[in-house]
Amino acid sequence: MAWFESAGLSLIVFLPVVGALALFAFPKANESAQKWTALLVTGVTSLLSILAAWLFDYRAAERFQFEVTESWIPAIGANYHIGVDGISLPLLVLSSVVTLLAVVYSWDHWEEPRNVRGFLALMMLLLTGMNGTFVALDLVLFFIFFELVLLPMYFMIGIWGDGARRRIPVLGRTVTMRLYAAIKFFLFTLFGSAFMLLGFLALYFRSGDFLGDNTFDIPTLIALGAENAFGSGTFAFLVFGAMFLGFAVKVPMWPFHTWLPDAHTAAPTVGSVLLAAILLKLGSYAFLRISIPILPDMARQWAPFIGLLAVIGIIYGSLACLAQSDVKRLIAFSSVGHMGFVMLGIATMTDIGFNASLIGMVAHGLITGLLFFLAGSLHHRYHTREISRLGGNQKLMPWMGGILAFTAMASLGLPGLAGFWGEFMSLVGAYQPLSGLNAGQFQTYMVIGAIGTVLTAGYMLWMLQRVNLGEPKDEWSGHEFADVGFHEWLAWVPLIVAIVAIGVYPRIVFGATTDAVVNLARTAFGG
Amino acid sequence: MDLDYHALAPEIVVAATILVVLALDVALPRSRKFWTAFAGVLGLALAAVPLVTLAFGGGPSTRSILGGAYVVDDFALVLKAVFIVGGYLVLLMSVSYIESDRYYQGEYYLLLLTSILGSLIMASSRDLITLFVGLELVTGPLFLLAGWRKGDPKSNEASLKFFILGVLSTAILLYGMSFLYGLTGSVTYEGIRTAGADLLDSGAFRLAVLFTLVGFGFKITAVPFHFWAPDTYEGSPTPVTAYLSVGSKAAGFVGLLLLCYKAFPTVTEIWGPALWVLAALSMTLGNLTALRQDNIVRMLAYSSIAQGGFILVPFAAAAVTSDRSIIREAASATIVYVIIYAFMNLGAFAVVIAAARRTGTAMIDGWAGMWRYSPRIATLAAIFFFSLAGIPPLAGWYAKFAMFLAILRPTHPWATTLAVIAAVNAVIALVYYARVGKTMWMDSLPEDAPDLSLRTRPLTGSLALALGISVLFVIVAGVLPFQLAGVFAEAAEVVTSGI
Repeated sequence: MAWFESAGLSLIVFLPVVGALALFAFPKANESAQKWTALLVTGVTSLLSILAAWLFDYRAAERFQFEVTESWIPAIGANYHIGVDGISLPLLVLSSVVTLLAVVYSWDHWEEPRNVRGFLALMMLLLTGMNGTFVALDLVLFFIFFELVLLPMYFMIGIWGDGARRRIPVLGRTVTMRLYAAIKFFLFTLFGSAFMLLGFLALYFRSGDFLGDNTFDIPTLIALGAENAFGSGTFAFLVFGAMFLGFAVKVPMWPFHTWLPDAHTAAPTVGSVLLAAILLKLGSYAFLRISIPILPDMARQWAPFIGLLAVIGIIYGSLACLAQSDVKRLIAFSSVGHMGFVMLGIATMTDIGFNASLIGMVAHGLITGLLFFLAGSLHHRYHTREISRLGGNQKLMPWMGGILAFTAMASLGLPGLAGFWGEFMSLVGAYQPLSGLNAGQFQTYMVIGAIGTVLTAGYMLWMLQRVNLGEPKDEWSGHEFADVGFHEWLAWVPLIVAIVAIGVYPRIVFGATTDAVVNLARTAFGG
Repeated sequence: MDLDYHALAPEIVVAATILVVLALDVALPRSRKFWTAFAGVLGLALAAVPLVTLAFGGGPSTRSILGGAYVVDDFALVLKAVFIVGGYLVLLMSVSYIESDRYYQGEYYLLLLTSILGSLIMASSRDLITLFVGLELVTGPLFLLAGWRKGDPKSNEASLKFFILGVLSTAILLYGMSFLYGLTGSVTYEGIRTAGADLLDSGAFRLAVLFTLVGFGFKITAVPFHFWAPDTYEGSPTPVTAYLSVGSKAAGFVGLLLLCYKAFPTVTEIWGPALWVLAALSMTLGNLTALRQDNIVRMLAYSSIAQGGFILVPFAAAAVTSDRSIIREAASATIVYVIIYAFMNLGAFAVVIAAARRTGTAMIDGWAGMWRYSPRIATLAAIFFFSLAGIPPLAGWYAKFAMFLAILRPTHPWATTLAVIAAVNAVIALVYYARVGKTMWMDSLPEDAPDLSLRTRPLTGSLALALGISVLFVIVAGVLPFQLAGVFAEAAEVVTSGI
């Protein structure tokens, strides 16, 4: 498979964008040709990602594999340098496969104003951005891909999103949700990434002091970080802070999360799925790929703070969920809580915590992705997402109700399903954080986080009770509801299987990640 | 005197084109005046040929004529290429626009070409007199062009304001230049540079430097010398506005580059802080005012003021250091930014012309839901406006990136502060650039949408060509900026060689 060594990853990244352009070869009216093209392209991309996982050398998971280095902007020493290791591999597979499933789901779910070609093109452009971020090993390249996801998502939310009008107290006026959410998402993220870029450039210039030549190369910078070259002074503090701003907005961590509920609620179903399943991971992944290994001393100093924001996010997200009356908004807030667990794992700065965060990311991608699919399908049938108007769903649509119950259980962290490992292990990790960190403080976080799991169970079960159980409301009597349809089965079964499989056999993820995170913790913090 | 005609060939071709246009204008009957446009477009395209032979045809890399007052080197060649291509795009945009007005076509192209000729001269100027002649040749015709729509009071206002403030700025500039000559005894950059080092403490010399900067501040519409720009931009015919915001602005930056890096490199203490303030003010005020505009041309006017601020940022970096490599990088960042800005802003104006043809309005709200009837124009608008906002992978990101690289390298607190101001401004700018995309793609078609006959008006071939060239540049330069970066590094090498 020599060709894969040199071209595999590039194909995974750029095939989707080629596919997006290819859509425009068909006339606008020929929707089925566009759908099949999108299916073919995302399908091949997924197969290639799975092939990458197949060919990946798991005994050397800490090494970057399938690396490619080509000169790109020689004037500033930026290279086209890509590769995967155990940390990025699961996320790469996740993003390709979830996008494929999103195409499958879209098959007969189109939101107004339809425009099939435009929607599919944006979806594939998004895939290029996401896959590119996971394989980029050069800060400039990373920045480009990290930003590339903004435009497609902006248009996806703004054009196909929810046209409801709502009053925003802070602005003092009534806005159309899709427009408000789209620009809010864009501005928050751009604000963070503008500072992230300043941080990258500062690293670039400082690296010249040690190497002679300035570099954007992530592995080289990681090697410098292992020697703690950037120190723990003001410089490192500011750089870590600048990058933190960029990544924390993307995750999003409390208090930068406010764009998320609006964006998730207003986005079209597929947009919410991709946003929740993958876009959020770009931020947490960047902590593991860039911030921690390059500035380990600063990571250690910031850890208690990151942990604090993480547990605030857990509690805040759960409490906010209890107050929601809209199914989709509830799921959106649950993301704040789940990403809190992911960040708590990272904040422990131990291999166990990193592993927890990675499996947490994958599990959240699968589970919350599925929850948003379900919310979309419920809305499709009931034309409302108001929890108070739903009820007795189990009787009206037994299959749909069953899947919703299953996914809610997975989301609240039922042992045996994928969601369990991330929560459980990040709490375990918090019991014994990196030596040098205040164990008492992290144990407090652990207790608060544990309370968060109880709250999570509370709001999920309550939601389930109100939506699924009881008798259907009178307004639905006489309505015929179609249960889970063909394309829905096709899109959801792989997710359900993956949730169960990772739940009972977490080595599917750990097999790739463990060596990589152990190596990360060792090179960054010694011991 | 033995002139190097090869070195002067681009200017000669443009001058000859001007004469041909003039002759055609006299000779042709009114119904066939469009041939003047054709001659102009062709002549400008031909002017690019000697540029290529000068750049790649071997021969000396620096050709100096007129006793060193006029030099053709890499710097001059790169910028002349920009002026010619930019001018070419403006000509293409003008064709249908001016033709529909049905009067004075010949004179229009004549004046536009003269202004382009002026900018070619500026790029090669190496003394104050040539610089001044070039600058006036750029500006003079524009006073007339701004007032081209005689029947429209706004166009008259545009012309008058531009004229009065243009003359004022010229007076200030000349005043400063005469001081410079009096104090240093020289009009060449070289002479001023060597003499300037000893005059650092002279109050008069400081004043002279600042006066010349203020003079150029008007040309590049830096805050607080910008107030003529919005009215003039709005009132002028749109292709002229495009030229004002790109061609004449770039010419101003060329003058500033030459003066700062060739004439005043020894006195960075004087101009560094001044340009720092101009950059910060232009970015911030330009952006904040652009947020409140409803007219797309006025919005672009304020946006171009803000973009001018971004272009000024690297100058501030050069001022806080004496490290040559940093100064060179700063110069190169300015050149990169000017060039990328030229293409994306011209593209944006071409889109404005195209969209106004389909909707009959320049009010942003009038473009609501345009993707339903003009998906291609709406797509192009999104590309150009998001490129102006600096969103990767469109070319604008590299301009901003190079700017940040330049300003962060000196690791000086003042430089870092300016970088943070620029970063915040980059985010503010997104609000109004995104609004154009939002209106076209996300707002629903209004009740009073333009009727079908207007909406289906075809684009003219020349406008489509202008859009095609700029969009190609914006995408290719965004994905593969390396060729660009190499060329500009050479140009920067030349302009900073005296330091």
